[in-house]
Amino acid sequence: MDDFASLMAGFQVALSWHNIGFMAIGVVLGIIVGVLPGLGGPNGVAILLPLTFGMDPTSAIILLSSIYWGALFGGAITSILFNIPGEAWSVATTFDGYPMAVQGRAAEALTAAFTASFIGAISGVILITFVAPLVAQFALRFGPAEFFAVFLLTFCSFIGMGRDNRSKILASLCIGFLLAAVGLDSISGDLRMTFGSMELMRGFDFLIVVIGLFGVSEILLTVEEGLVFKGKKAKIDLKVVLRTWAGLPRYWATLLRSSVVGMWMGVTPGGAIAASFMGYGLAKRFSKQGKNFGKGEIEGVLAPETAAHAAGTAALLPMLALGIPGSATAAVLLGGLLVWGLQPGPLLFVEQKDFVWGLIASMYLGNVAGLVIVLATVPLFAAIMRVPFSYVAPVILIICAIGAYTISNSIFDIWLMLLFGVVGYVFKKLDYPLAPLVLALVLGDRAEDAFRQALLGSAGSLNVFWANGLVATLVVLAMLLLLWGPISDMIGAAGRRGRPIEAKAAE
Amino acid sequence: MTHSSETEPTPRGLSRRPVERAVAAILIGLAFVVLYDSYGRGAGWDNGPENGFFPARVGWLFLAASLFILVQSFRSPPEGIFVTYEQLGQVARVLGPLILFVALIQPLGIYVASTIFIVVFMSIVATSRWYAIGLTAVLVPLICFWVFELQFRVPLPKGPLEAALGY
Repeated sequence: MDDFASLMAGFQVALSWHNIGFMAIGVVLGIIVGVLPGLGGPNGVAILLPLTFGMDPTSAIILLSSIYWGALFGGAITSILFNIPGEAWSVATTFDGYPMAVQGRAAEALTAAFTASFIGAISGVILITFVAPLVAQFALRFGPAEFFAVFLLTFCSFIGMGRDNRSKILASLCIGFLLAAVGLDSISGDLRMTFGSMELMRGFDFLIVVIGLFGVSEILLTVEEGLVFKGKKAKIDLKVVLRTWAGLPRYWATLLRSSVVGMWMGVTPGGAIAASFMGYGLAKRFSKQGKNFGKGEIEGVLAPETAAHAAGTAALLPMLALGIPGSATAAVLLGGLLVWGLQPGPLLFVEQKDFVWGLIASMYLGNVAGLVIVLATVPLFAAIMRVPFSYVAPVILIICAIGAYTISNSIFDIWLMLLFGVVGYVFKKLDYPLAPLVLALVLGDRAEDAFRQALLGSAGSLNVFWANGLVATLVVLAMLLLLWGPISDMIGAAGRRGRPIEAKAAE
Repeated sequence: MTHSSETEPTPRGLSRRPVERAVAAILIGLAFVVLYDSYGRGAGWDNGPENGFFPARVGWLFLAASLFILVQSFRSPPEGIFVTYEQLGQVARVLGPLILFVALIQPLGIYVASTIFIVVFMSIVATSRWYAIGLTAVLVPLICFWVFELQFRVPLPKGPLEAALGY
């Protein structure tokens, strides 16, 4: 119970007035950053990082991690009301959140999303508090083969669990991988697929692709149906909140499943984005209302939000305990710790006890503050939605352009954003799923590195993915997920295919 | 995601099938570009996987998937409209000004380009009064300038106007 005493001491650190103040400021900034497409959690933290160098490290990390919580909450607002995911991890929230808003159940969807986020985050913090040493030890055993197996698991679950045309899911995934491969190869140092273009040397940043595919294309799709902006109104009052909360215990299985998936994906570097999709996919498969998913099912909001927040929070665990960031934002926070002279890793828990437990305590408090603030400020953001489309559209497009530009100060990126906007428009109309593309683009480099390192270690033998119990379990699980869809399809219709491996391309 | 293309009575427009095939053809083309580039640099084993190793394998999967999409488009019955001409017109009313905006960022800077973008877009849409257009066109870039240039200190592309004002 030594840790418990440390946690209590941590609460004393975090509960000082000025730390609570920083928490509130951080959450509000985070919501703003999360609502604006293209600014985002990692960017928001990165932009504000230099401003905190003069501060006491504990206060600074509390401020920055609160921005992180705020951004996670804020992403849900635009997803549900505008059908524009503010963050890549809230893409899955649009699938059911927006239809709910269309049906006039925006307040219910928002309450569900925020509460699910809160539950996910708190389960992540509990994980950090109690399981940190065990999980750290477990993840230490991961080699490249195990990492690749985790990535494989994510991608296979996409194809197997997806309801779209599976060849289109596969094509979408491949495009993501290939876009990720463009530019400087981190292992050999060679340029790939740049075809002599200077601009392509940097490769495709996933943020630009996301801004184009989701932000710009959504505006194009919206104007197609007349120049009426489809932002939905939301008025959250206590009655709706309480009624939604009263209905939540029924979905305990979904919440629990998503929390577990999220925590797992966050600790292993699968990230919040993958977790949100996996949480959604699994809920869709296992829920009694699975058929209604995509039409405004509250479970379809709960599942990805819980998983995304659990993952986003759990991503801080390996960052703190091992010095390996589990997400992009965690990586930026890691950079901050180094600047303050704190070396993350097992020793941090010994040498900087006050700091670590102060931070962990602030995670509990920050999320409570976040939930209250976000529920209270939604009407404020809902006011934006009453502004006519002809005002909002150019502003969103300008902010998209600014977001695309600031990622690497390049006007070429704005053109890329425009291109991906048109691509996203065509793909959406032809039912190519966009989420796998973004996921593969984000994880592509890391998946490839893991794959190559694993093969290097085994001198090219694929047996390395079967070498020990851990990696074999992960691979078997991946194959099961991959074949889940085709097999359940085959039960319905008489199958004509022989070898199941080809099923992913064949369906 | 379903869109309103089915709901209109008999709208004239681009039908879905040729677009589906054109996209599949483009994807197949891209797959060949990837394979050409990867095998050109080496996709085999040279004391370890060469740098085209992974993209080449993804490229083959990609080729298989896009070929299958193409085959599928021939087998499935012709279905629906991809986009009606009316919808295409609406999209052009946003896309046109947007392209103009992006093209103007380099010479004029993002703030002046934003002003022109807002004026052009809102005039084309023509649902607002002129003073509302004017006010939006001036205020939005000013707010952006205050937020990004002065508060966040993110340098955005600036043009001759900003230079004349000393920024």
